[in-house]
Amino acid sequence: MPNEKPGVPTTLLAEITHRCPLHCPYCSNPLDLARADAELSTGEWQRVFTEARALGVLQLGLSGGEPLLRKDLESLVGHARQAGLYTTLVTSGLGLTRDRALRLRDAGIDHVQISFQDADRTTAERIAGLTSVDKKLAAAALVREIGVAFSVNVVLHRGNLDRIGEIIEMAASLGADRLELANTQYYGWASLNRDALMPTRAQLAAAEPIVDAAVARYRGRMQIIYVLPDYYSEFPKACYGGWGTVYIVIGPNGIVLPCHAATQITSLTFDTVRDHSLDWIWRESPGFRAFRGDDWMREPCRTCALKTVDFGGCRCQAFLLTGDARNADPVCSKSPNRHLIDEALAVVTDLETTIVTAPAYTYRAMPPTPTAGQRAKAAVGD
Amino acid sequence: MMPLTARPRLWRLARLEFDPVRNRRVLLYPEGAMLLNDTGGEVLALCDGTRTVADIGAELGTKYHADVTVDVAAYLAQLVERELVHDAQ
Ligand SMILES: C[S@@+](CC[C@H](N)C(=O)[O-])C[C@H]1O[C@@H](n2cnc3c(N)ncnc32)[C@H](O)[C@@H]1O
Ligand code: SF4
Ligand code: SF4
Repeated sequence: MPNEKPGVPTTLLAEITHRCPLHCPYCSNPLDLARADAELSTGEWQRVFTEARALGVLQLGLSGGEPLLRKDLESLVGHARQAGLYTTLVTSGLGLTRDRALRLRDAGIDHVQISFQDADRTTAERIAGLTSVDKKLAAAALVREIGVAFSVNVVLHRGNLDRIGEIIEMAASLGADRLELANTQYYGWASLNRDALMPTRAQLAAAEPIVDAAVARYRGRMQIIYVLPDYYSEFPKACYGGWGTVYIVIGPNGIVLPCHAATQITSLTFDTVRDHSLDWIWRESPGFRAFRGDDWMREPCRTCALKTVDFGGCRCQAFLLTGDARNADPVCSKSPNRHLIDEALAVVTDLETTIVTAPAYTYRAMPPTPTAGQRAKAAVGD
Repeated sequence: MMPLTARPRLWRLARLEFDPVRNRRVLLYPEGAMLLNDTGGEVLALCDGTRTVADIGAELGTKYHADVTVDVAAYLAQLVERELVHDAQ
């Protein structure tokens, strides 16, 4: 059995809806999106925020899907702020009117993060699957106007990495306090689109000095966070503080997870705040206890000196790629499954020597679908 | 060391809170939280952009009957390095 006592969580990511007007093929949401009628009510979310604060949570992210599609967003923010949580709205920007921006400010929102797809309008809208750039620009202006902390987030992939310099300049011109440049993590819809999203080694090598120079140039004005792609690394990314140590994700229907990708580990079951208190789920539920501590580890992790640094990498990625969540993250060069990563990289290595055509994406879409995987493959570009 | 004439204030994105669960002050900012010890919390509570580093050192020095200005300046320098504190001037 797991050997470690639960610590005090710091961060709650509340995915208050899966509904979204955009169709990003890199979306980390699960394929099996929750329907509107399954979502927690206003009162249920408010109770959960109170419970989270009592458990020790300090940071709340209100995300989705598109959180602005919840008409009660302002009441959720107000409640969270009163509970003492530092509250971030994670949004595409679509649906932010002047009226709502002012109401969010009055409710006490601390920080708004708007995602952009690209610095180039055509490519941005091709990825989003929707005419959306003007709406995002207007939303950014509104966030500046209400004067709260403002971050820009851009998910990086093969289709936009060449414009990283322009993307950084765009964020600066929008007046962002903070810019998150996040290389795609291959969960949910992104795992379906991995071959189309995977950057080349040459693209990443070209991006690095541009990012480094910008970090130095914007120091004190705009903080730049660059999230490296793990596939090209020798060692895996650390699981956020270790499984069930600081982080909680709650899905639209109240399912409580140690990581937003954890529903993909189908060998585990997770509980919902409709059936149990958050406190019990955090401390006692089998899903949270599954990978606490290191008793669950196998070789090569069990005897590895780095196990207290990266906790064996990502459980979700280990399950998704090797079929067993107790294995080392296959990104690790010591993993016997590393060839799975190298095979995925080989797909793009070939691209460097052939003509790069616009990739075909499988766009994110809500049910009803025959099965999520059978969504019409929409070919983009000409 | 943060210059003694600087007027430190918290990063625009940061907020100081008291956390009853951990029974101490915490500095909250996007994607992060810093748990503060008693003195760290007292220093940051005085970082209002009008007091100088010297003022803060003197104020806490009176309270603790010790010369803490150098410690305060060194502590603030670490936070400046992490962009959590800025000079308001
Ligand atoms: C799932 S979205 C939900 C909020 C909102 N719809 C948006 O896109 O901003 C949450 C955040 O994760 C980012 N994101 C989405 N898919 C990702 C992936 N596969 N890897 C890394 N970040 C991702 C988005 O850009 C956004 O900042
Ligand atoms: S990443 Fe794109 S598709 Fe996914 S929730 Fe955000 S805006 Fe919607
Ligand atoms: S063997 Fe396991 S613990 Fe060691 S570096 Fe690789 S993934 Fe991390």
